[in-house]
Amino acid sequence: MTGTTDTAGHDAAAAPAAVELRGITKAFPGVLANDHIDLALRPGEVHCLLGENGAGKSTLMSILSGMVQPDEGDILMDGAPVRIDSPKRAIEMGIGMVYQHTTLVPTLSVLDNLMMGSSRAFRLDEAGSRERLAEVAAMLGVDVDPDAETQSLALGQQQQVEIIKALWRGSKVLILDEPTSMLTPQGVVELAKAVERLKGHGLGVVLITHKLHEATSMGDRVTVLKQGRVVGRLAPHELAGRSHQELQDVIVGMMFGEQVAPAPELVELQEHVEPARARRDLPEEPLLTVDALEVGAKGGEMGLRGVSLAVRPGEILGIAGVDGNGQRELAEAIAGQRPATAGDIRFRGVSIARLSVWQRERLGLRYVSDDRMGEGTVAALPVGLNLVLKRIGQAPFWRRGSIRHAEVERNAREKIAEFAIRTPGSGTRVGTLSGGNIQKVVLARELSNDPKLVVYNKPTYGLDIVTTRMVRERIEALAAEGVSALVISTDLDELVALCDRIAVISRGRIAGVIENGAGAEQRVGELMVGGHAEVVR
Amino acid sequence: MSEIFTTDVLTALLAGGILAGVPLLFAALGEMVAERAGVLNIGLEGYMLMGAYVGFVTAYHTNTFLGFLGGAAAGAAVSLIMVVLCIRLGLDQIVVGIAITLAAEGATALIFDSQFAESRPTLGATERIDIPGLSQIPVVGGGDTSDGSVFSQPPIVYIGLAIVVGTAWTMRRTHWGLNIRAAGDKPSALDAAGVSVLGTRTWATLFCGAMAGMGGAYLSITAAGLFEDFITQGRGFIAIVLAMLARGKGAWVLIGAFVFGISLSISDALQIAGVDISTDLVFMLPFVTVIAVLVVFGRRSYLPAALALPYVRGAR
Repeated sequence: MTGTTDTAGHDAAAAPAAVELRGITKAFPGVLANDHIDLALRPGEVHCLLGENGAGKSTLMSILSGMVQPDEGDILMDGAPVRIDSPKRAIEMGIGMVYQHTTLVPTLSVLDNLMMGSSRAFRLDEAGSRERLAEVAAMLGVDVDPDAETQSLALGQQQQVEIIKALWRGSKVLILDEPTSMLTPQGVVELAKAVERLKGHGLGVVLITHKLHEATSMGDRVTVLKQGRVVGRLAPHELAGRSHQELQDVIVGMMFGEQVAPAPELVELQEHVEPARARRDLPEEPLLTVDALEVGAKGGEMGLRGVSLAVRPGEILGIAGVDGNGQRELAEAIAGQRPATAGDIRFRGVSIARLSVWQRERLGLRYVSDDRMGEGTVAALPVGLNLVLKRIGQAPFWRRGSIRHAEVERNAREKIAEFAIRTPGSGTRVGTLSGGNIQKVVLARELSNDPKLVVYNKPTYGLDIVTTRMVRERIEALAAEGVSALVISTDLDELVALCDRIAVISRGRIAGVIENGAGAEQRVGELMVGGHAEVVR
Repeated sequence: MSEIFTTDVLTALLAGGILAGVPLLFAALGEMVAERAGVLNIGLEGYMLMGAYVGFVTAYHTNTFLGFLGGAAAGAAVSLIMVVLCIRLGLDQIVVGIAITLAAEGATALIFDSQFAESRPTLGATERIDIPGLSQIPVVGGGDTSDGSVFSQPPIVYIGLAIVVGTAWTMRRTHWGLNIRAAGDKPSALDAAGVSVLGTRTWATLFCGAMAGMGGAYLSITAAGLFEDFITQGRGFIAIVLAMLARGKGAWVLIGAFVFGISLSISDALQIAGVDISTDLVFMLPFVTVIAVLVVFGRRSYLPAALALPYVRGAR
């Protein structure tokens, strides 16, 4: 392995570590999440932790933030061994953590969130907290309204509050867990600037990510994890003076070892902004037409306002946008799970706006929900039954009201093989499977029995690289057979790789539709931001 | 119509509203705090019953003041069951709550009967404090009437009002209050901030138990002057509804308790006014009020996101 050092990355020139992990090992039932990991975090440095899902990144950071206790190994702070036995202890020692999921209380104001647990005094120190907020915000270079209810803030702003919260009590080390997953391209640029400023203030920043280009552009030092072990390290002098392309090749080499150098995997990982799809000739007559569709907003959601779209047979239409801008409403309105207050949906030439979910399903309309463990599957039921969940009462699985187990079993075995679902058997409860395999169960069910158009809501969210690729290939293969797809995703790279056209949704409206091709990513990003600007005015 | 609303009738209405509203006020205030912390005390009725029983017995053997303290201690002691089984061990709050209510109903009746089999003792009327000057105002004063009014009440009522104000202030201005508000909406955030979720919920629940116990003691010591089986008559459940409708605001607990107090006690005022309605209809009124209020304000009710969910670190 070129370009790696085999120790914990001790190079003489670097500053001494603020926090050092030595031989950290943690086993969960059936999984060795961390296997003798060494890691040194230095002040004024951005340390990127790369790896697929399940590589052990999150476990390692949970250990550092006191949520999980290691089975073996030592944590040293400024050279002295310490025990971090609770989140409270971690905060006291100056380890600030920004989690991937929000840890703000949505109903409380920004100031309340920041004051939470911040002192032992009985009374809240509001005036002092306002000052501290102004101070930390200035350090980050952001502007935050202390009295805003956090649930009313945009995701990027919420993340800024999270970072302020992590720095509130004077952290030495800031850990950011997949901080860019919910941000617009412009939001990522702002985050990078903030991180740069923090570095200037002498903080050690840990950036956990699975995107290679973020690691190579933002990181001063990179550590690659795979299956709980460190499989590669890049020190600052190894990062400097090399092109992103070279670095990505090196890192992919680390992640997949010597035996693999497959072209598709490289293309997949490198996330090139290239038109991955050649333009295809598709029939002009649309299969699905959404016409001035309106959906009422409920419970803090955006609703839809005058959305019009058309999907041609065999076309893959992407819906880009920051999460929570009406994606779920659009998907559910098309699938029939929520009523349209105005407008029309036409499918295969007929209006389906008044049809039930079941009737739409019979017409060949399918919906792969992003809530795969909630509404996508019944966790307590076995794989076999989950695979026929939408065909209850129908032949050949039911006859005269009674279930035919042999047929269900046969179908299950077929689907498990076809979709490579890793399960002990068809009788295993779905809830015990991994996220990727649950998604395969959902896909296997939705894509069987002659689909015509499939709505995918965040189809690869939280999946590992191999499953992600399988899902994307499946979408493309179906499109080649003439099955249309509406792919809703917050991952712009995914849409650029998959789609024929990309529509941008912003605050419940379609901000524009772009033909996929050179520069598409840029224009989509502009539309995502333009949509916000429009509302501000 | 206008002659119905004489001074006597209005005074009786106010006095009755307070008399019946104070137990609701205590219990709903405690439940509001516990709910904000994420604990649903279906056993509120049970806390009140135990408070009523212990409060009465203590007051019978010693004095009224110790009676209220005893009631509060008994309520808190019963809520300890909730703390151990639900908060610490993560059992279902609704199941345990129902069990607490049923058990307290049986236990208080049994112990009371074995203790005072035939004697059925009663307490004398609780002494009232007249607020100088204010108690002479007609209708709201009540200094010269037999049942008092707003400015002529036993000390416990004024203490109750002080507790409402103190609780509202604590919820808004202190770290305890902030911790409680966070524990019910997003316990994981509180945990990540280094504050014990279980500890916060434990204190909130014990406070709830003590308040409900005090409310129960008021029922037996002040309102009735005696203890009888199931003396609370579903007031614990009404208090749960009140707490949900109050959306965490002490002022709304106060208003709600008074409105329900009036609906519970309206029969006296009607008697004085000479209106003749079947008592069955009058007894239905509080429950009709609950339904009416839920229909009108039901959408307003706010329940914290993590209400009745046990907190386990790391589980999402």
